[in-house]
Amino acid sequence: MQENVLLQMRNIDKSFPGVHALNNVDFTLRKGEIHALMGENGAGKSTLIKVLTGVYQMEKGEIKVEGNKISIHSPQDAQNKGISTVYQEITLCPNLTVAENMFIGRDKKSFINSKARIKRANEILNKLGIPARGSQILGNCSLAIQQMVAIARAVDMNCKVLILDEPTSSLDDKEVNMLFSLMRDLKSRGVGIIFVTHFLEQVYEVSDRITVLRNGELVGEYLTEELPQVELVSKMIGKELEELSSLGESDEKQSAEGEVFYEAHGLSSSEALPFDFSIKKGEVNGFTGLLGSGRSESVRAIFGADKVGGGTVKIKGKKVSITKPVDAMRHGIGYLAEDRKRDGIIAELSVRENIILALQVMNGMFKPISRSEAEAFADEYIKVLNIKTASRETPVGSLSGGNQQKVILARWLLTHPDYLILDEPTRGIDVGTKLEIQKLVLKLAEEGVSVTFISSEIEEMLRTCSRLIVMRDRHIVGELKGKDLNQTQVMKTIAGGEA
Amino acid sequence: MKNNFKRFFSSGLGQLTIPIISICLLIIFNLIRDPSFFSISIAHNNDGNMVLAGNLISIINGASELAILAMGMTLVTAACGGQDISVGAAAAIAGSVFVKIIKMCMFDFNSDIKAGYIILAFLAACVVAMLFGAFNGTLVAVFKIQPMIATLILFTCGRSIAYWINGGATPTVSSPIITAIGGFIPGVPIPTPVIIVVVMAVLFKLLFHFTSLELFTQSVGINGNAARLNGINSTFIKLLSFIILGICVAVAGTIGVSRLGLINHETLLIDIEMDTILAVAIGGNSLGGGKFKIGGSILGAYVIQMLTITLYAMKVSSTDVKAYKAVVIILLVVIGSPVVKKYFGRMVSKAKANRSEKKAKGAVE
Amino acid sequence: MKKFGALLLVGVLALSFALTGCGAGGKSGKIKVGVVNNPPSESGYREANVKDMEAVFSAENGYELKTAYSLKNDEQLQAAQGFITEGVDYLLISAAETTGWDEVLKKAKEAGIKVYLFDRMIDVDESLYEAAVVSDMAKEGDTAVNWLLDQKLDEYNVIHIQGAMGSDAQIGRTGALDAQFAAGTMNKVVQQTATWDEAEAKKIVESVINSGEDFNVIYAENDGMAKGAVAALDEAGITHGVGGKVIVMGFDCNKWALRELLAQKWNYDGQCSPFQAQIISDLIQGKTTASSKKIINEEKGFDATTLTQADIDTYGLGE
Repeated sequence: MQENVLLQMRNIDKSFPGVHALNNVDFTLRKGEIHALMGENGAGKSTLIKVLTGVYQMEKGEIKVEGNKISIHSPQDAQNKGISTVYQEITLCPNLTVAENMFIGRDKKSFINSKARIKRANEILNKLGIPARGSQILGNCSLAIQQMVAIARAVDMNCKVLILDEPTSSLDDKEVNMLFSLMRDLKSRGVGIIFVTHFLEQVYEVSDRITVLRNGELVGEYLTEELPQVELVSKMIGKELEELSSLGESDEKQSAEGEVFYEAHGLSSSEALPFDFSIKKGEVNGFTGLLGSGRSESVRAIFGADKVGGGTVKIKGKKVSITKPVDAMRHGIGYLAEDRKRDGIIAELSVRENIILALQVMNGMFKPISRSEAEAFADEYIKVLNIKTASRETPVGSLSGGNQQKVILARWLLTHPDYLILDEPTRGIDVGTKLEIQKLVLKLAEEGVSVTFISSEIEEMLRTCSRLIVMRDRHIVGELKGKDLNQTQVMKTIAGGEA
Repeated sequence: MKNNFKRFFSSGLGQLTIPIISICLLIIFNLIRDPSFFSISIAHNNDGNMVLAGNLISIINGASELAILAMGMTLVTAACGGQDISVGAAAAIAGSVFVKIIKMCMFDFNSDIKAGYIILAFLAACVVAMLFGAFNGTLVAVFKIQPMIATLILFTCGRSIAYWINGGATPTVSSPIITAIGGFIPGVPIPTPVIIVVVMAVLFKLLFHFTSLELFTQSVGINGNAARLNGINSTFIKLLSFIILGICVAVAGTIGVSRLGLINHETLLIDIEMDTILAVAIGGNSLGGGKFKIGGSILGAYVIQMLTITLYAMKVSSTDVKAYKAVVIILLVVIGSPVVKKYFGRMVSKAKANRSEKKAKGAVE
Repeated sequence: MKKFGALLLVGVLALSFALTGCGAGGKSGKIKVGVVNNPPSESGYREANVKDMEAVFSAENGYELKTAYSLKNDEQLQAAQGFITEGVDYLLISAAETTGWDEVLKKAKEAGIKVYLFDRMIDVDESLYEAAVVSDMAKEGDTAVNWLLDQKLDEYNVIHIQGAMGSDAQIGRTGALDAQFAAGTMNKVVQQTATWDEAEAKKIVESVINSGEDFNVIYAENDGMAKGAVAALDEAGITHGVGGKVIVMGFDCNKWALRELLAQKWNYDGQCSPFQAQIISDLIQGKTTASSKKIINEEKGFDATTLTQADIDTYGLGE
C-alpha cells in the first residue's frame, strides 16, 4: 500500500483569526484513485485544498509527494510540482481558442506556430476523448467542455494530483457522465484525483475512497463501497440517523385549503413564456424540471425580476401590477435568488446590513432603520436561524455558503412576507443547513406563509411541497399532488412521453 | 492590542490605514525637519481681522475645495465604480454662473453686491451644477457608459461653456461678503472655507443618518444585481450620486471664485479632478466602487495638501511641486496596496510568533 | 469650400461697391477708416482699446468707421483685403500674428490706402506703413522699478511673478527688475512665471509664505496675478498696501485694480495704454506729424498715495 501512495498530507494545521480551520488533519491520495473529500460547509475542505495548492501556507504539518517532502509556495509552484486544480468557476480565457487556453502561460517556442499548437491540442483532446477542437473559441463551448479543457490542460502539464472542486454543480446529467468517463480514464492512467462535491449520488457513482472532515478535524477515511450513504451523511453532520430520517417521514405538509393568495394568468417576461400559476395561503408548492426548463425564469417573472411581458396578476383577488422587484416586495412577496453570489449577498457589507436590506428598501430611503434597531434584528435572526458568524459586523462574504444563505433568508423573513419564493435555497450548502431550511419552510407554511420552493434534488421537493409544477422546455407540462407526489411519477413527468 | 494592530494592517478597520499613516509620516517628517512647521500665530490682515496663520492653517484651508469635491466623488465612486473627471470643468461653469448672476443683479438693480444676490447666484450655480451632474449621471446610469468616458465629454467642453458664459473675459466681483466667503468672516479667526468643509461634512453625516442612502449606495456599488433584486432602483441611486456631486462642485466653485474675487474659467480649480480621485483613493476607498468612507476621502484631501505645503516649506517651487508630489504619492499608494499590506501583516504575525516562541523557551529553561 | 465662399462674397461686395461706390465716398465727405483688431472679449485691455477706437473715429469727428474683430490671423487678413477692395482711406491694424502681412499691405499701398499699426508691431518693411503706435514694455518696467527705488526701503526682498514667458510684456517688464537683481540693489526671493494666471500667482506666493522666507515686495507683471498674490497674503494674515508689510505692484490699470490702489491695498499700478486712437487721428488729420515710424504711447505709473477717482475714470480699463 505504501509504495502506491502519491500524496501524503500529515498533521496539517491552519488558523484564521477566530477560527481553527484545520486541526491536525491527515489526508492520503493513492495512484489511480478518485478520492472524494467530503464535509459540510466550513468543515475545512476548501482550506485543505488551498493549503495543498499553495494559496494558504500551513502553520504545521508536512506534505509529501511520492515520498519526497515538499513545500508549496504558490499555485504556480503547486502546478510545477504536479498538483493542478480545476475550479468550479472556469478560470480560463473564454475569448481565446481551446488550443490557446491549453498552452497559454507555458507556451514553448515550438507552439508559437498556431497550426502546430492546434494540432497538438487536438491530439491531447482526442487521446482523452474530449469532444472539442483546438481551433474552437472556448467561450462557445458548453461549461462541461470548458471544464474538460481545463482538465486537459492540467493533464498535459504532467499533473500527478488533479483537484476537481465542485466540477459538476453547473452541468446537466449528460455532461456529468461525460466528465465522469474522463475522470475514470485519467484514473486508469495513474492520476490521483481529489473530488470535492455536494452531490452524494455522484460520490457513490465515481469515487473509490472518501475522506470526511468536520469542523476542521479529520473524521475518517473510508472505502466508498463500505460506507452507506446515510452513514456518510451522519458522519458529515455528526447527527444521529433517526433525526435525519424523521424529517423524511414527517407528514407536516400542508395541503392548504385556504384562500388563493397569488394568481397569474398568461404571465410572461423577457425570459419566460406565458404561464398560469396560483398559490394558496399557507401552501408550499414547487417548480421542478431540468436545468434550463424555465423553472427559475418563471419564478423570476412572478417577482418582476426580468422585464415583464404580459399577463394579469391578482393578489388576494385584487388585480395588481408587478413590473419590478420593489412592486412585488410591496405586495408581500420575497424572492431568494438562485445564484447566491451574483444575485443574493452584498459580500463586503456586514451580516447586519445584509439582513436589514430588503426591509429598508420597503421602508423607503427616508425612513432608515436605526443602528440599534438593526442590531436587534440581526441578533435576533442570527440566533433564530443559528447563523454561524464571528459577529453581526462580519462581512457576509467571509461566511460559509450555508450561512450566507441563512443571512439572505433572514433578510426576507424580516420583511414578514406573505409569499416567499425560494429558488435553490439549498444548493451548495451542507446537509445540516439543508435540513434546517426545509424545516423552516414547513414552519412558515404552518404560520400561513405561502412558499414556492425550487430544488434540483427531487427528494427534497417531495419532502416539503404539497404540489409540484413540472416544467420541460420552458412549458409547464404537468402538476402533481396527493398520491402522485413520488419520485417515479415526477421523473416520468419530467422525462415526458408515456406519462 | 497587538491583535488590533494586526487587524488594522490586514483588513476591516484598515480602511483608514493609509491616510492616517500618511499623515503621521508627514507629521514625523516635519517634526524632525523643523518643528516650527507646526507653529500657529495670530495675525491681523488688511481688513483688520484677527486671523490664524501658519502652515497647518494653510493645509486645512487650502484643501477645502478638494475635500468638498472628494466627498461627492466618494459617493459617485461607490455607486458607479468609476470617477467623474469633469469636476474641475463643471466647477468653472458653476463659478461662471455664480459671477454672471451677481453681475446681472448688479446691472438690473444698479446697485452694489448684496447678500441676496449672492444667495441667488449660489443657488443658480447649484442648479446648473446639478443639471450637469444629472447629465453625467444619465449617461452613466441610463446609458451605462463608463463614468470616465461619460464625464470626458464635460471635461473637454466644460471650460468652453464657461468661456461662453463669461463672454471670454475674466470678470471680477469685489464685495466684503465675497471676501468673507473666500477668506475670513470679520471676528472669526478661522478661514471660512474650512468652516464650509465642516458644514458639508455635517450635511453628509446628516444625509446618511436620516436616509438609508449609504446602505443603498454601497449595495448598488458592490452587487448591482442583488441590489436590484432587493428592490433598489440602482439607476436612481447612481443618478443621485452625480447630482449630489453637482452640489459639491457648486460649493467648491463658489469658494474658488470667492478666494480670488474673480472667475478665470481657464484656471479655476484646474487639474483638481485627478487630485480628487487621488484623495478618494488615499482615503482607502476602492475605486472599483462599493464600501466607502467619506471621512477617509476628507483625510485624503488633507494628506495631499499637507504634502504640498511640506514641499513648499522645503523651498520647492510651486511648479516643481507636482513632480515631487507624484513620487510621494506613488509611495503612499504602494504602501497601501494589498500586497504590501499583506506583507506587513505577515511580518507582524511572524514577529509575534517569534516572541511567543522565545517566551516558551524561556519558560522551559 | 468655405474660403471659396468667402472669396465669392468679397467679390460680390466689391462689384456692388464698384457700381455704387464712386459717388458715395465723395457724397458723405467723411474719412473712411477700416480697423482690423482683436475681439473685445480678449481682455479688459482690448475692451478699452475697441471702445476708444469707436469713440475717436466717430461720425461726429468726421469718420466713417468699419471694424473687423478676430483672434485668427487669416481671418484678419481676409478682412483687411475686404477693406482694401471696399476702398477705405485708412487701414488700422492690430495683428494677431506678426507674420503674413506683406501681400496685403503691398496691395493697400498700390490702392493708395494708408496703413497705421497700433498696439502690436508687424514684421514688414517700414515703408509699407505710415506709423506704428505701440507701448514700450521695457519703459513700463523701468517706470515701475524707478518708482520702487524711490520708496527707499531698507531692503528689497522681491517676489517676482512673471507673465507668459517670451511675450513682449513679460520680456519688457522683467528686464528692468532683472537689472536690479544683477546689480544687487534688490534681493530675488523667487522669480517664477504664472503665465498671467491669478491662481498660479496665488500658489507662488503661498509657497513662499510656507517656506518661511521673508519678503516685502510683490512685483506682478499684470493686475490679475497681483490679485492672486494679494489673496494669498490675505489668507495668511499678512498686511499689504500703503502702510502694510508688503508692497504690491501690478500692471495694466484695470479699473478694479485701480480701485484696490485707491483703497490703498496695493501700492503701484503701471499703465499699459490701449488709447492709440487719438494719436492716430491727429496724424491722419495732420495735427501732428510722426518724428519716426514707431511712436511710443505715453504711459504712466500710478501711486496709491496720489491716485484720484478722476484718474480711474480716465485711465481705468474695463468697468
